[in-house]
Amino acid sequence: MSVLIFAELDEGKLKKSSQEAIFYGSKVAGMMGTSATAVVIGAADQGELATAGRFGATKVLHAADGKLNEPNGMAYASVVAAAAQQEGAKVVVLAKSSLGDAMAARLAGKLKAGLAPNVIELPDMSSGFRVKTSIYTGKAFAFNELKADVKILAIKKNTIATEETDATATVENFAPSLNDADFALRVTNTEKATGDVLLPEADLVVSAGRGLKGPENWGIVEDLAKALHAATACSKPVSDLDWRPHHEHVGQTGIKVSPNLYIAAGISGAIQHLAGVNSSKVIVVINKDPDAPFFKSADYGIVGDVFEVLPKLTKAVQAL
Amino acid sequence: MKILVCVTSVPDTTTKITFTDNNTKFNKAGVQFITGPYDDYALARAVELKEKLGASVTVFNVGEADAEPVIRKCLAIGADDAIRVNAEPIDAYFVAEQIAAVAKETPYDLILMGRESIDYNGGQVHGIVGEMLGIPSISPVMKLDVEGTTAKMTREIEGGKEDIEAQLPLVLGCQEPIAEWKIPNMRGIMTARTKPLKIVQPAGQDSLTAVANYEMPAPRGAVKMIPADEAETLIKLLRTEAKVI
Repeated sequence: MSVLIFAELDEGKLKKSSQEAIFYGSKVAGMMGTSATAVVIGAADQGELATAGRFGATKVLHAADGKLNEPNGMAYASVVAAAAQQEGAKVVVLAKSSLGDAMAARLAGKLKAGLAPNVIELPDMSSGFRVKTSIYTGKAFAFNELKADVKILAIKKNTIATEETDATATVENFAPSLNDADFALRVTNTEKATGDVLLPEADLVVSAGRGLKGPENWGIVEDLAKALHAATACSKPVSDLDWRPHHEHVGQTGIKVSPNLYIAAGISGAIQHLAGVNSSKVIVVINKDPDAPFFKSADYGIVGDVFEVLPKLTKAVQAL
Repeated sequence: MKILVCVTSVPDTTTKITFTDNNTKFNKAGVQFITGPYDDYALARAVELKEKLGASVTVFNVGEADAEPVIRKCLAIGADDAIRVNAEPIDAYFVAEQIAAVAKETPYDLILMGRESIDYNGGQVHGIVGEMLGIPSISPVMKLDVEGTTAKMTREIEGGKEDIEAQLPLVLGCQEPIAEWKIPNMRGIMTARTKPLKIVQPAGQDSLTAVANYEMPAPRGAVKMIPADEAETLIKLLRTEAKVI
């Protein structure tokens, strides 16, 4: 009956978003009077796996078959479905990510589960099972009643503030039989930025728009991001102009982010851009145009030249 | 090659979202409905593949009669025919069931759709359809070519992208820059009027979720302006007042 959480690895470590998912899942388990079990897939050492306990999981099922070393949404979904069956889980929690999204849908199909995407709060189980989700790209919220026997909750970043204890989880090997059909895709090449803070995972984001005037000027954006340990992002025109790669584009048709801090430099704040960032906790807008619509949605604003303001901010951060 | 392109009819991206009936219904008054922007990319690539390789392109929608302008526009852009399942698209599982039912009757080599609809942002339908048909699903696909029975794709992943090869049939969730959006020309608009649009009744009634009510986000407090020549004050405020750094 336990609550099952899929916890994603990044280079052998539990991702921060997955720690949130484990904590969230353990809270749901508490509400249901049961325990939380995490499923981890891929190579990781026992010590790292046991840290799932710090966020509330009592048990970790570790699927370590070598075929699962590379992320694979279809195969991973089959593993989680097998784990859900073994544990009799009625609630499956995972963090939204490229991999998590791909898995959630396949899982919903396998388990005929009610899937709530973009969950932003703990469920209300006072009558039925109701979860609050973000819709219209953050322009509104919906309270979803999940009617199916099995429920899948895909949680957004910053849905819950984690608390840690010094508990450790017991780790069990989990080796369900794997289905060849799940390995039908052949990945021929992977290009991934290394060393950078991944945008969907980032607590702090420094984003810039056409006000930067050209890709050659991104140094001042990267400097501030580096000083803050933030991820860099950009507006749609910037990605359309190929000044920055598409995976940095935030907005209605790009990545949706919900960091603690979103700094927007030289972005006017079109409604489609706001949609992708408006669940950020704190928004800072820097623009030379005092009438830029983004100021209306900001917590802090600076009317000024980004070429002067950004280096000043970088210096101030370095002086902290 | 047979391609099915599944499209949604959604409020224009500039729509100010409001609700009626004590926040239980989306307020359609004055709202312009458009083809889902991601679906538009899927359709544009399907039409390009048709022109390049020869293919039939069928547009598919689960919606009521008011979705027909969106379907006709897809026909004007270059799809050959259309199927509308006459039902409200209640949830992702229900919509996936309709697509799977059609695809079981007529096998398609490619089932394309947007990575997500821009109303519910679920991004679930392609994965559920793939599961129902027992074929791979891939999303978000930003590049697609077909050589014989092999599809060569590029998928966006966190912080990068990967190239993937797979055998048809496939279900794909698409996004830019898979193709440039197409604007219908006059000839397309004229011929779209007479292209076949089949209306079918829904298969199954499985909805696993229901929206009880909606809520608008709380407005942000007033913006605190900081003079440009005191920009460093901002960093202090972010640490001591907002406590985010």
